Amino acid sequence: MAQKKSPTPVRELLFGNLWEFDPSPESASPNIDPRYDLFINGKTVVPRSGKYFASTSPRNGKKLADIAEAGAADVEAAYVAASQAFPKWSRLPGAERGKYLFRIARLLQDRSREFAVAETLDGGKPIRESRDFDVPMAAAHFFYFAGWADKLDYLAAGRKAVPLGVIGQVIPWNFPLLMLAWKIAPALAGGNTVVLKPAETTSITAMKFVSILHAAGLPPGVVNIVTGASETGSAVIRHPGAAKIAFTGSTAVGKEIQRATAGTGKRLTLELGGKAANIVFEDAPIDQAVEGIVNGIFFNQGHVCCAGSRLLLQESVADAVLRRLKLRVQQLRVGDPLDKNTDLGAINSPQQLRKIQALVKCGVHEGADLYQPEVNLPKKGWYFPPTIFSNVSMSHQIAREEIFGPILSVLTFRTAEEALEKANNTRFGLSAGVWTDKGSRILKMSGALKSGVVWANTYNKFDPASPFGGYKESGFGREGGKHGLLEYLQLT
Amino acid sequence: MERLPVLKTLKCLVGGAFIRSEGGGVYPFYNHRGHFIANIPLCTRKDLRNAVEAAAKAAPGWASRSPYNRGQILYRVAEMLEARASELAEVLKLSNRSSRDALREVHASIERVIHYAGWTDKFQAILGSVNPVATQHFNFTLAEPIGVVGVLAPEERPLLALLSLVLPAITSGNTVVALASHTQPISAIVLGEILAVSDLPEGVVNLLSGRRTDLLPTFATHEQLRVVCAVANGSDRKAIEHGAADSVKRTVILNGDPACDWFADSMQGPCLIRDFVEFKTVWHPIGG
Repeated sequence: MAQKKSPTPVRELLFGNLWEFDPSPESASPNIDPRYDLFINGKTVVPRSGKYFASTSPRNGKKLADIAEAGAADVEAAYVAASQAFPKWSRLPGAERGKYLFRIARLLQDRSREFAVAETLDGGKPIRESRDFDVPMAAAHFFYFAGWADKLDYLAAGRKAVPLGVIGQVIPWNFPLLMLAWKIAPALAGGNTVVLKPAETTSITAMKFVSILHAAGLPPGVVNIVTGASETGSAVIRHPGAAKIAFTGSTAVGKEIQRATAGTGKRLTLELGGKAANIVFEDAPIDQAVEGIVNGIFFNQGHVCCAGSRLLLQESVADAVLRRLKLRVQQLRVGDPLDKNTDLGAINSPQQLRKIQALVKCGVHEGADLYQPEVNLPKKGWYFPPTIFSNVSMSHQIAREEIFGPILSVLTFRTAEEALEKANNTRFGLSAGVWTDKGSRILKMSGALKSGVVWANTYNKFDPASPFGGYKESGFGREGGKHGLLEYLQLT
Repeated sequence: MERLPVLKTLKCLVGGAFIRSEGGGVYPFYNHRGHFIANIPLCTRKDLRNAVEAAAKAAPGWASRSPYNRGQILYRVAEMLEARASELAEVLKLSNRSSRDALREVHASIERVIHYAGWTDKFQAILGSVNPVATQHFNFTLAEPIGVVGVLAPEERPLLALLSLVLPAITSGNTVVALASHTQPISAIVLGEILAVSDLPEGVVNLLSGRRTDLLPTFATHEQLRVVCAVANGSDRKAIEHGAADSVKRTVILNGDPACDWFADSMQGPCLIRDFVEFKTVWHPIGG
């Protein structure tokens, strides 16, 4: 006898906001100084202008520290220090350079909790992420590239790899310490010296990192850190002493940098914006796919250049996936990033929050269907609920522009060809996701997707050994692996 | 009575067809003794855009050819070059070159084609990688063609230098639009005739002649050209790199040093192929 199906669907367990959770804040001290100066030639120095700007915590809008604003003269001093340090550093046996980097990796591991708390306070990302991802991954990058320092001759068969000189590096605010590691570790392993500018809203872990360099005994001038906003960045990029510029940030700024370096002979690598498609086929393992979608767009509040911000669902499973996705999103905990239970922390800055709000308004105006779970956002600080737009079409602005926030645009497709057409129909090409149980389809899709990273049945995975970087207007050059290291070397 | 020879009208290879400039422009080519030899097409921006369109149309097919097949086709190019080596040498001699020097350049060009014919199914093993990530994932990086490549050849070594820039791009599956030497264009035009009968699919290599100043801005800014490779200095270099920024285009600029040794082994190999590939990294979980 056939069993009679239950007319009511199985009830879902919803933990979202049904009852109060006790706060579970991380309690380790971040050891944040009231004031941070510049780091030039192995010393902390006050900026020539004497100017400082406030770094506030997006968690509650409270000021954390005063940060020095480096002017052209400070940047000049940093380049002088870096170019003076270069001959000795580049001639140091690779094994010795490597040992400094190993030291840095270990020292960072020793103080990882302290750095994680500082990163969360300064940038607003959940402590779970800074503790389990940002800081350990930063240490892993130093450890990985440390090992390369005495093996440069194995990088390119038949060629000798020599360092470039002084590298000017400008990094973004979404993964402050990790981006610092992505930039500094391969540059130093290759025998270069560095002038680095952190993002103005997230300078604190970079300046805390100075104490690690002191403890490691790194020779003065090998790493110089100048803080400030876009004017400081411009001075770093335009300085004639740079042999190479490495930039991670928006495509608009990347284009400006490419123009500014035109004709100067400087080498350039750009890691820019993205608008990644995350493609779910009907045979995909749906539960895992939903986890992957959530991780893809809500990791770090969507402040991720490779975020899976365009979800492409095969029509036959679109409703089912969307239903489950909404249920899952209801369970996300949005709030104090310092709370260990928090899934979505604070939006990095009021400017970024305004940009997100404007684009969400635009999505509603263009006729997409908005879904936001009910969440109690903290009264202070900058927050935005996880947001899903369905019935989005390719012409919608929310399907074309990088939002850099917790906003997912959902589109549908019928065939693999249509999915590819939609996925590749963007000026970006940083990353993509494919969810399917069929191996041959994964290989076909990953071959045809015009993006530098393809995550198949997973999303937002990173590793120092894995090259990362984009196609098209997502930039050029790779970071990570031997490909990333080669960007910091000249082959002779 | 001495027979009056039939002169050849020189044309450019675009999309497998031999074209004269759509603008109808030509410039005269004189040999080093000042004798008129032929009119050379003065290609326009429109010709360049048409050539990019032809190259873009050919790109997916060429990229999907098996590396073995691409190698065989490049080898066929070498065979056809060999058959017309003496003609190419004669053409080079029009610009005051000794027979020995002209033939040396032709032979080096043929060896260079053979060199890359052998790379088509090997560069991936050198440039790609399997990456030992710390998590339970299989992770590998492949070198993929970028798409359509623009090439601005130098004035000197008009055959060898042109081929040295075009070959690494097509070896990895890109298609090319190249501007030949302005002062010594005829070897490139003969090369076009050779490529057209070498099993190379139409549109994979498109060769234009004309003035660099007319075409450089379009080479720099055309969005479908994803790489511009040029021998350029000073303001040319700056203009290319500045224009490229509009669409975050890759640029591969070699210094236009007159002493540049195009015969050197360092002017070939996987390091040069690397300039014309995108690296794609694929992750997949390992599990039951």
